[in-house]
Amino acid sequence: MNTIANVSRRRFIAGGVIATGALVLGVHYYPRLSASDQLPHDTNADHARLHPSVYLGINPDGTVWIVAHRSEMGTTSRTTLPLVVADELDADWKRVKIEQAIGDQRYGDQNTDGSHSIRSYYDAMREAGATARFMLIQAAAKEWGVPAAECETDLHVVVHRSTNRKVAYGELARAAAKLPVPKREDLKLKAKGSWRYIGKGEVSYDLAALVTGKAVYGMDARADGMVYASVERPPVLGGKVKSYDHKAALQVAGVRQIIPVDPFQGAPGFQPLGGIAVIADNTWAAFQGRKKLNISWDHGANESYNSEPYKNQLRETSHNPCKVVRNVGDADAVFAKGGKIHEADYYVPLLAHAAMEPLVALAECKDGKATLWAPTQNPQAAQDMVSKELGIPKQDVICNVTLLGGGFGRKSKPDYVAEAAVLSKKTGRPVKVVWTREDDIKFDYYNAVASMYLKAAVGPNGKPTAWLQRSVFPPIPSIFDVNAVYGDPGHLQQGWTDIPYDLPHLRVENGPAKAHVRIGWLRSVANIYHAFAVQCFTDELAHAAGRDPVDYLLDLIGNPRTIDFTGVQYPNYGASMNAYPWDTGRLRHVTEMVAEKSGWGKRKHGKGTGIGIAAHRSFLTYVATVVEVEVNDQGEVRIPRVDTVLDAGLVVNPEATRAQFEGAAVFGASVVRSGEITATKGAINQSNFQDYPVARMNEAPQQTNVHIVESDAPPAGVGEPGVPPFIAAFCNAIFAATGKRVRDLPISKLGLS
Amino acid sequence: MIELKVNGAEQSFNGVPEMPLLWYLRDILGLTGSKFGCGVGLCGACTVHVNGEATRSCVTLMRDTSGKEVTTIEGLGKNGLHPVQKAWMQVNVPQCGYCQVGQIMQAAALLNGKKKLTDHDIDDAMSGNICRCGTYQRIRAAIKAAAETTA
Repeated sequence: MNTIANVSRRRFIAGGVIATGALVLGVHYYPRLSASDQLPHDTNADHARLHPSVYLGINPDGTVWIVAHRSEMGTTSRTTLPLVVADELDADWKRVKIEQAIGDQRYGDQNTDGSHSIRSYYDAMREAGATARFMLIQAAAKEWGVPAAECETDLHVVVHRSTNRKVAYGELARAAAKLPVPKREDLKLKAKGSWRYIGKGEVSYDLAALVTGKAVYGMDARADGMVYASVERPPVLGGKVKSYDHKAALQVAGVRQIIPVDPFQGAPGFQPLGGIAVIADNTWAAFQGRKKLNISWDHGANESYNSEPYKNQLRETSHNPCKVVRNVGDADAVFAKGGKIHEADYYVPLLAHAAMEPLVALAECKDGKATLWAPTQNPQAAQDMVSKELGIPKQDVICNVTLLGGGFGRKSKPDYVAEAAVLSKKTGRPVKVVWTREDDIKFDYYNAVASMYLKAAVGPNGKPTAWLQRSVFPPIPSIFDVNAVYGDPGHLQQGWTDIPYDLPHLRVENGPAKAHVRIGWLRSVANIYHAFAVQCFTDELAHAAGRDPVDYLLDLIGNPRTIDFTGVQYPNYGASMNAYPWDTGRLRHVTEMVAEKSGWGKRKHGKGTGIGIAAHRSFLTYVATVVEVEVNDQGEVRIPRVDTVLDAGLVVNPEATRAQFEGAAVFGASVVRSGEITATKGAINQSNFQDYPVARMNEAPQQTNVHIVESDAPPAGVGEPGVPPFIAAFCNAIFAATGKRVRDLPISKLGLS
Repeated sequence: MIELKVNGAEQSFNGVPEMPLLWYLRDILGLTGSKFGCGVGLCGACTVHVNGEATRSCVTLMRDTSGKEVTTIEGLGKNGLHPVQKAWMQVNVPQCGYCQVGQIMQAAALLNGKKKLTDHDIDDAMSGNICRCGTYQRIRAAIKAAAETTA
């Protein structure tokens, strides 16, 4: 991607119109669309005197504006990407102001998911900073009449050492702005030794706002004349309103209006689910009015869906030959010879995101245009969806991105934003749609329910001579095509086709499953169930062979090598195999390192205690985790200690990375302890934290030690990769402590809590 | 008419007395620091102080606030940041931050007057507050740090 080209192209498209003067921010923190605005979406960076990139602007007073174009949901990307710009610019972080981009394709992809913000934008951020630094140096050199090559930068200044002169960035902004923007190949990036921020990190730019309640989330967005909405949606996916009586609802104090929302057409995609909306003067009145609605539903075809028989169906599918997605040698021939065979079924139910901020969005539709304020991971998708729902051009939809009270993948899907826009159009007022926690859990895009069957023929030394694995799960593409039943390569790669073991005979399969609820991305996605199955099955084999689980795991990973995916559809998370090869040496290294850091084999474990290990690569990052558990006679499970080692290549912000892996352990603890969504007659049974519990302080790991491998490899993901190995290591630790093998999640099914 | 004090200021409310305090604070007074997380007192995101006690504002009805003193995050630090807020920054607790206001209000009430806190005390007091990002070990560390500065 060439960010510099992006700027000029966009200016060209805009007809060279560049508004002058300071941008007046909207009353409530964010820009609003109005008929008179030529470029309502301009940033302070756009208006800064020196503006060599869409991501960056420098004012004559020395203020550096950096645009955060990815969404902030707690991973600190809003801080970490600007930090890379600031480093390459040699800017003083204290003089940097970060502004949040609206949805705008000039920034490139803004869908903040898939743990790739740093990976995909590290180079672009460096180039943005280096471009400005280049121009500032040129301007200073010209002013001093010295060759640019003799000039360098120090913190926020250009210096000429031999004459002991220096000039501040702000003072150079005007002159630099008159110079041509350098070509990418003329840029000289800073050497690693002179990095100020990369590899050292910074706390969140928003830290003070976060601890004082001043941070503005979607839930806190406001607009003049705003009304509140709460929507009663069809309990079964694809259901429709048959009839409704709203008289009692309209009697509720504060309720203004009752408005039907159309059901979606075709596949659900990101369309609103439909239902009946209550519009009121405040959130609580809308909630109360909704309770008084009397609706009769036509539930539609998904009323046939019940979780228990569906589970059996998935399992049955997995016990029969399925579609082969990777094959090495001839596993069947080995199985046919007989000998020692080990088989197991693993199961993970539907999982809900349950971010602390329930879904919410504010929309104002006026004069055929729409302004949105949304805690969205994907503002461009919100623009698209609202444009389709309202039948207006995409450029007439402004999507302001607030802070997100958690996302975990759910807020990539803008159905809730479109709902607000539709209601604003119908009421003629700004409408804030507030989902209750019950709505948030019942109308999620769930992480797929999955059944995995694994089979290994075991040789005399306990090592597998042949390995078969089948996974069956309703795939994410089913939200766009109701007939999609097979996993797509992008999700089969997640811990399944890329099983890293050095096996002479290996077959990887995937079976069909029809979706009856919306399936979506949840923190680490298919890696959750695939890593659980593979890493727990490995532990089973180790114990069956009487081997130490760490030694056995290393034995299966084999010698350091690059996995050959010839003949396999392996997208490698969208990254090139040259820059990001699947390197088993790196997986070995994190495994060996976590064994050492955790004191594996050196610590004594008494009755009811045990440790487990798992290693996994996801989002291009190699992670190995050791979990220690204590289980008492009542079956209560505590997690005193977790050690996790990660190799994510270059880590820009180690502090934020450690926080992500601490959090991933807690997220994984929720999955293992209690994560389960079920349906009866197509309707979701769970509703709030009493029946969809998530880990609380006493249930979370007491201490998670995060160890980061020093690496110059290109940066990889950190938001998601901690989750999959934690889940498997936790289950393996439970086996070590209790002798109970966890094959069906959550562990509440084993009488553990 | 319900008379109460919010962050030291006299307020009167003549709406529906069954309205939960949370929505009065957020939608009527515009004090959006207190968060909506579950609506049934299970997550703690809405925690405020009522007469100094940590209270779930989402299940506290306005009719029960008559004559009470309510403190929200907006009124917590009388002179700048409260020691708990300082500790939260020092330990770099928040990730998304949405639950942290409730966590801070809960922790501030816990610390009030206490000098020594064990892990068990902290777990007991804080287990009603959910953090989905999973910042619990930092919350525990921050509470200990704050206890040291206030002791």
